[in-house]
Amino acid sequence: MAHQIIATSRSATGIPTGRLAVWWVVASEIFIFGGLIAAYLLNRFLHGSWAQEAAVTNTFIGGINTFWLLTSSWFVVIAHHYSEQRDAKKTRQFLWLTILLGGFFMGFKFVEYYKEISHGMTLFTNNFWSFYYTATGLHGFHVLCGMVIMAIIAEGDIKNERNWHRVENIGIYWHFVDIVWIFLFPLLYIAK
Amino acid sequence: MAEVATADVSHDDHHHEHEQTFWSKYVFSTDHKIIGFQYLFTGIAMAIIGGYFAYVFRMQLAFPGSSVPFFGIVSPSAYNSLVTNHGTIMIFWVAMPVLIAAMGNFLIPLMIGCDDMVFPRVNRLSYQIFLLSAIVLIASFFVPGGGFGGAWTAYPPLSALAKYNATPFGAPMWLIAVALEIVAFLLGGINFITTAMNARAKGMRMYDIPIVVWMIVIASMLFMASVGPLVAGAVMLLFDQTLGTTFFDASAGGDPVLWQHLFWFFGHPEVYVVLLPAMGIVAEVMCTFARKKLFGYKLILYATVGLGILSFFVWAHHQFISGVDPRAAYLFTTTTLLISIPVAIMLFAYIATLYGGSIQFTTAMLFALSFLAEFLIGGVTGIWLGSSGTDIYLHDTYFVLAHFHYTFFPIAIIGTFTAIYYWYPKMFGRMMNETWGKIHFWGTIIAFNGIFLPLFFLGAAGQHRRIYNYQNFPDLAGDNMQDLRVFATISLVIMLLFQIPFVINFIVSLKRGKKAGKNPWKANTLEWVAPSPPPHGNFPDGMPEVYRGPYEFAHPDREDDYWPQNEPGNQKPANK
Repeated sequence: MAHQIIATSRSATGIPTGRLAVWWVVASEIFIFGGLIAAYLLNRFLHGSWAQEAAVTNTFIGGINTFWLLTSSWFVVIAHHYSEQRDAKKTRQFLWLTILLGGFFMGFKFVEYYKEISHGMTLFTNNFWSFYYTATGLHGFHVLCGMVIMAIIAEGDIKNERNWHRVENIGIYWHFVDIVWIFLFPLLYIAK
Repeated sequence: MAEVATADVSHDDHHHEHEQTFWSKYVFSTDHKIIGFQYLFTGIAMAIIGGYFAYVFRMQLAFPGSSVPFFGIVSPSAYNSLVTNHGTIMIFWVAMPVLIAAMGNFLIPLMIGCDDMVFPRVNRLSYQIFLLSAIVLIASFFVPGGGFGGAWTAYPPLSALAKYNATPFGAPMWLIAVALEIVAFLLGGINFITTAMNARAKGMRMYDIPIVVWMIVIASMLFMASVGPLVAGAVMLLFDQTLGTTFFDASAGGDPVLWQHLFWFFGHPEVYVVLLPAMGIVAEVMCTFARKKLFGYKLILYATVGLGILSFFVWAHHQFISGVDPRAAYLFTTTTLLISIPVAIMLFAYIATLYGGSIQFTTAMLFALSFLAEFLIGGVTGIWLGSSGTDIYLHDTYFVLAHFHYTFFPIAIIGTFTAIYYWYPKMFGRMMNETWGKIHFWGTIIAFNGIFLPLFFLGAAGQHRRIYNYQNFPDLAGDNMQDLRVFATISLVIMLLFQIPFVINFIVSLKRGKKAGKNPWKANTLEWVAPSPPPHGNFPDGMPEVYRGPYEFAHPDREDDYWPQNEPGNQKPANK
């Protein structure tokens, strides 16, 4: 059934439908992470002792990971820039650089998890650590999904005129994942 | 580009129509109408299960300990499982799929003059995830320990620990089913919102959109914004259930009330998520059968937006006895009483729409009118429950139960019947039998009041919810009280029996009903421009253009008392 649906090509708002949908996806994700972060904050205010737990988290690795993610966001912007010039080679290149930095983030995350778990801080240690693993795990899952989708976009039929907008769409999502980390990093690592 | 695409469609259609097999046409279709039907029939099937559950536990309450026909002896744990899953099914697997997903899928592309949703394959995925969620839920009734029995609100610690709920498999499966269902509706909701924003027919401005489309879109937005925290909460509760974390376990420093906040932050807007599509359906039907323009289109729209925003600030009125701060209770009482204002505005606008109209009492119109009357009772009794003072006495009694059934029944059941009787000709190309429709209507409405009016009295007399057998509580087992319970149960059985004429009417009319033609009700909105039933692509005579608002009935300059949106005319009356 390869027929063209009229609905898909219409744009009453002037915003391409794909981008519009990504913004709504981001909106729904904001509420998911918002709920989790709000639940964490409520607990944090109630339990002063969590400050000692937060002091144990590895601020150095967290900081490096922030650097990887922020830089990757910059790369995805460059990829978008080249996609607007229809430069497939450069777009691909910068998408893969973004994925690479996402991979660094995940790699450092695993090292961090490994160190914490080997020191006895697991999902079950107490509720701070439960929140820590749930929030960073959910975020890491989003990073991973973003990397996979980005690889599909980079290796898919990128030169097709119908597919160029995908670069911008994944960029929006990637920025969102980045911003979630900007919230998680101070809340879980820095605030003592 | 768009022009070329348009030409392609009409050619492709004729070729593909013959090649489709049953599977590709009805099971793996991406056509919005078929997906709408899939949602509708799955919803109806789940409603039969939910109704059966209600029958079983009402029989247990009326005749405790005796064997229930078609079920057997009801054990306490079976009772808990039945009431829990009755609530869950009726909200998540009946009201949501039928009112939002089925009606949204069927109506939005037709009403905005388009050939499909903007993401047809996402739409199909949404239904498949929904179907999976229903299968998981049904499967949970048959695992060791039985289905989850911790009430549809799933408060921890009862819901979190298998040692309390005794359903080590049922509880997590219930939660996974709900989570899958949420994912399905997030996908569907994004589709509805983007479709309504981007795929409107040429000339359809913001205020030319039929009100039911607005309502479904606003409901989808409310759902999206309210359900996020519950998703996070569901992940946490699932971890508590299966991995052994202690997010909600007070003995390990967790906070069980946190779940109540996360749940009701979703749970209260959810009421409006299902209410709005029903209000929209009723508005369409009332305008058509009163032959009048909707009174205060913009007023209703703005009231709806106000209602949506306010609905995020009322959730703690479910928790007045959960140990919330009395100052917070005062605040939430205020917001709860405030939220009755936009609802009242909408109801008054509907009544004003009827005023002076030439009303035709079709079955759809009767259901629409009864929606107003029954929902009003539900709304007014909510005032007592929203006020923290009276709620402390009435909390968790049958008064609450009767109250929310007087809101949810009009929404989920009356709203659905209104929609089916009204859009059946469009859906299947034939008319339903009006006489049997009216028999169905009166049987349903009278019996419905027979079920729930007595429960108000029982609740006010102190009858607590969630009690398996009132004979164990001498104060609640007086003769009068038991008589009222029996009366309610008999009413329920009568109401369920009165659904048989509906089912027969529905099935027989598919083949034997009078041919409907394009526009049997002489309505204005774009779905009536398409043939009945609309073919793949919806508008074979070319995509319609819009020249005016959706409710131009009895216009003084016209001979006909209706003026379809797509008919070119001299002037373009703005919708004021």
